[in-house]
Amino acid sequence: MSGEGVLVYAEYIEGMLHPVTYELIGKGRELISKLGGSVKAVIIGSGASGRAEELIHYGADEVYVYECSEGVALNTLLHKELLVSLIHEIKPKLVLYGATPWGRSLAPRVAAALRTGLTADCLDVYVTDDGSIVQVRPAFTGNIIAHIKTVTTPVMTTVRYKVFKPPKKDPSRNGKVIIREVPADVDIHHKEIEVLGKAREKEVNIADADVIVAGGKGLKRREDLKLLEELAELLDGVLAVSRPLVDAGWASKDRQVGFSGNVVKPRVYIACGISGSPQHLAGMKDSKVIIAVNIDPSAPIAKYSDLFVVGDLYEVVPKLIEEIKRVRGKP
Amino acid sequence: MKPAPDVEKVRFDVRRGVVDRSSAELEINPFDLHAIEAAVRIKESVGGIVTVISMAPPHAEPALRDALARGADRAILLSDRRFAGSDTLATSYTLASAIKKLGEFDLIICGEKSVDGDTGQVGPEVAEFLGIPHVSYVTEIKEVSNGSVTVASDFGVAYYLVRAELPALLSVTKEVNVPRKPKFKDLMKARKAEIEVWSADDLKDVLDLNRLGLEGSATRVVKAYYALEKGREGIKVKGDEGIHKIIDLLSSSGVI
Repeated sequence: MSGEGVLVYAEYIEGMLHPVTYELIGKGRELISKLGGSVKAVIIGSGASGRAEELIHYGADEVYVYECSEGVALNTLLHKELLVSLIHEIKPKLVLYGATPWGRSLAPRVAAALRTGLTADCLDVYVTDDGSIVQVRPAFTGNIIAHIKTVTTPVMTTVRYKVFKPPKKDPSRNGKVIIREVPADVDIHHKEIEVLGKAREKEVNIADADVIVAGGKGLKRREDLKLLEELAELLDGVLAVSRPLVDAGWASKDRQVGFSGNVVKPRVYIACGISGSPQHLAGMKDSKVIIAVNIDPSAPIAKYSDLFVVGDLYEVVPKLIEEIKRVRGKP
Repeated sequence: MKPAPDVEKVRFDVRRGVVDRSSAELEINPFDLHAIEAAVRIKESVGGIVTVISMAPPHAEPALRDALARGADRAILLSDRRFAGSDTLATSYTLASAIKKLGEFDLIICGEKSVDGDTGQVGPEVAEFLGIPHVSYVTEIKEVSNGSVTVASDFGVAYYLVRAELPALLSVTKEVNVPRKPKFKDLMKARKAEIEVWSADDLKDVLDLNRLGLEGSATRVVKAYYALEKGREGIKVKGDEGIHKIIDLLSSSGVI
């Protein structure tokens, strides 16, 4: 089966369209210049039809919409079945998903059902001169970068959030919205899995943050996180931590940066008292600007920082707060 | 359970972009310690048998012994040259086939991902091959009853409560529990325990031999390189000069 074009799975959870969707559509447009075909998107859920035009404005040519009631909208088995039937019908060459928890749970099921390859958590996708698709991903906790080709069709990829630029929205763009009924042979209820409701909200979503101030083992007491929080608030950012502080119970996992926590890519990352273990680096080394404050000049994080300030965070951070206030205070 | 090298210890062949597999022993993938702990806790509260299953080279045996010491009752190592080169699709197919051969089960638990492969795909793919529901990124196991399991799962935007009918597969995060250290007497006992080794031939009545290893894989690594070799051309400063440099950088980044 040879395919055509790119299909983007729009991640739509309880009325929220994940912004990685726009980035994937933008990448899809770039890829079709070499791959041929069009950019199609699929959106599933309650109220999905209301978001279809928006996907066109960001660059989709066709949007397939499956409306379903709220009670079943978050059922991975339903999403899988709808995707499998749509992929059989429209035969895309490449299917892109966000490498979000939801995308990384759903995409493997679709891949196994289609018996095709899936490459996880990609940092790039490109097309070679001979027209084959190459996927670029980290492995070994970010130590190795591998370029991967898929020998089956379609090629399927989950792509990390914030690695591609979102395209500009163009409200004058035209495309086709195709409203679909759930096919008769698809079990809409899939009772073997049931989402009972929200267990709890996240304390914070650090993956979305523009500025992150992170603390590590260099902190002496839990209360001292307040100091970093003050700096974060001043910069309109959020407080994050490295794994040891989560293990010590000082902060929730929602704030943990690293391979086993959250992978982040803010505009500015300020690491205070973090030495930079491989597992921490895997979670933040792609940040746009990295500033580290550490008392130990040989801390590994030095090598991955744009600016490394050798000093005690208990001296540097309060002075920095003062200085920012002073600079801001100027007319 | 995946036997994996300790990524803090393993050496990388920087030039070739590969891992020097002889530089670190295979041990239980850290995420899978939480899966084993979860299974043992369920056994302790509702009964049952915990079987650990791995696909790995023969020298992974100590990792399976470690799993037995941590409370598993039975350990099966799928090991055969024909499994070599498997991607997540071929690995999941092989594991699912071996689980079919094992017979009836209620719950499969795995770690959210491995420290070496980093994909997190094998769990959901195994569930698909077995035709059972799965829940990924499980942060809490709330209830295990006769017919179902109720868990909290990280959906990205928030945590959701999900109920899955048994048999089901859960992939758990490190938040789900704190694994206990194995007791000395259990370590001793595990040293003498039997590790069952299954080859491709042992599975030939439940699987298609063409879907194994590299031949059964859908993806190929065409190039690999060491990522951490090249850092940033950063500058290192001390004291008050550091404060001023931070201010400069924050303002050139548009943050202040």
